[in-house]
Amino acid sequence: MTKQRLRKLKESAIQVFFFTNGILAIIVLIGIFALLLYSAVPAFREIRIKEFLTSVTWDPTSPVKAEYGILSMIVSTLIVTAGSVIIAFPIGLGVAAYLSDVAHWRVREVVKPVVEILAGIPSVVVGFLGIVLFGPAIAKLFGRTNGLNALNGSVLLAIMALPTIISISEDSLNAVPPVYSEASLALGGSRWQTLVRVKIPAALSGIIASFMLGMGRAIGETMTVLMATGNARSFPHGLLDSVRTMTSNIAIELGEVPYYTTHYYALFAIGLVLFIMTFGVNLIADVFLRKYQEREQ
Amino acid sequence: MFYAKFKKAIAIAEIVLAFIFAPILLAQKKMIQVKGSDTMINLVQILAEEYMAKNPKSPIAVLGGGSGTGITALINGTCDICDTSRDWKDKEFSLAWEKGIKPRLFAIAVDGLSIIVNEKNPLTRLTMDQVGAIYRGDVKNWKTVGGPDMPISLYGRQSNSGTYTFLQEHVLNNKNYSPDMKEMNGNAQIIEGVKADEGSIGYVGVGYVIDKATAKPMKGLKVLDITKDAKSEAYSPMDKGAVDSGKYPIARPLWQATNGKPSADEAAFILFELGPEGQKIVEGEGFYTIGAKYIEANAKNLK
Repeated sequence: MTKQRLRKLKESAIQVFFFTNGILAIIVLIGIFALLLYSAVPAFREIRIKEFLTSVTWDPTSPVKAEYGILSMIVSTLIVTAGSVIIAFPIGLGVAAYLSDVAHWRVREVVKPVVEILAGIPSVVVGFLGIVLFGPAIAKLFGRTNGLNALNGSVLLAIMALPTIISISEDSLNAVPPVYSEASLALGGSRWQTLVRVKIPAALSGIIASFMLGMGRAIGETMTVLMATGNARSFPHGLLDSVRTMTSNIAIELGEVPYYTTHYYALFAIGLVLFIMTFGVNLIADVFLRKYQEREQ
Repeated sequence: MFYAKFKKAIAIAEIVLAFIFAPILLAQKKMIQVKGSDTMINLVQILAEEYMAKNPKSPIAVLGGGSGTGITALINGTCDICDTSRDWKDKEFSLAWEKGIKPRLFAIAVDGLSIIVNEKNPLTRLTMDQVGAIYRGDVKNWKTVGGPDMPISLYGRQSNSGTYTFLQEHVLNNKNYSPDMKEMNGNAQIIEGVKADEGSIGYVGVGYVIDKATAKPMKGLKVLDITKDAKSEAYSPMDKGAVDSGKYPIARPLWQATNGKPSADEAAFILFELGPEGQKIVEGEGFYTIGAKYIEANAKNLK
């Protein structure tokens, strides 16, 4: 074989290798979706889809009548996620803006690694904090007898989503071309005006993407909410009610459910709903990213 | 340059660790896997530790997960012995026999299921009906049952728990639990919840209620006396006589189940648990020793 041909062969082999690796990610995603679908569809032989999505009672082991309604859990997940985003987004954007615009480089050197460490705290430890620290504090603050509720979950999830939001927002802010800020300052704008009216809008696509990714993290978090939200099955009426998210329900029940029963398939159906929700959130994030990128051009 | 050396060091460390762990993993004798009830997990762990101290060649691994999880594990063949704090249901027996598993049950201890409230609650007793009504959600305020004017904060277990199922069958008369009940992950979490919450009520195994240092109920909570109905006497779950004689209305045996006749190793462990040393540990953990009728039934099942 000539040297030329050998080289060409090597190049194609390497191309195939990288292509396979790239495709693998898509295959895994499709595989997970297919598995969820395959394991969830048998549930709907016994459960009517309308009842599944609109009933507020989930009680598959009830001696009276087995009920498979997940509306309370969907709303619980949404309440806890919304709460966490409301808390995390202003703080996250603030820290990102601080790090990118205001902070002395020495402060940055310290704060940035600390934020990364925050991302590494195991979810059980955060859940533990929720039980022993935030729970009693929330109870005292709102005059309740206990702090195992959606607010507790929101605070903890905000702590867990913050590093994602801060990291990505800060990178977006840093990626804004310096000419924008220079132009704004040259035209007489103050530093605050430059930050709020020029830099942040310019970095908006990245900031919204960070918001969506943080939200995706919050939707999928299991252990923390399992420990700190009380796991009551009732339909939540506010942030101070004990709630049960879809993730904690799957974690609680999958260990003990006999295989291939309706209950078993129903849990996979919940997983499917969760998957669709997270997929949707990520898709919206992507759409935003592209929309603003196009505008930039 | 630095990173290259670093990567090399990591690679060498990984290879060395693999060589250290591989023989350990390969040389593992088959462990007896015990899974199931959270009520029994502390008790069985201590029994297993004492047994292994005397028989180092017989390793035993004790896990929790709840009685439901234990039963599922025995049926699926992922454990050797399963702990349950409730009886097996008929459909669980059917499922087991379908899969070729023949469960044999051994009662290793007796538990007086304790209803606990926060120590600030002035109540001292409740009837079975009242407990049922409270946990069904029919009664929502303490003043309805003679307590202070405060909403009742319910703490319970999750559906994989034998204690959850036992209470549902025997106290709630097979009706649904209140959807507002906070479903905690285990007995210990219920204890912590009740200690911190003034309007709370919870149910735990009596072994968890006793503070081992003082042999009295833990600080922060109060154990209620339960009466069968409004006219009967009230008995405490900490009263051994009441639990043994059946006067305490919510006493229950704690079971272990094997698949068919227990193997030599499993039988040795079960005999240890049922023997004088094992039963002494049972008492030390706050539970009660088994009575004559269970001793007889156990002996039969060992054959």
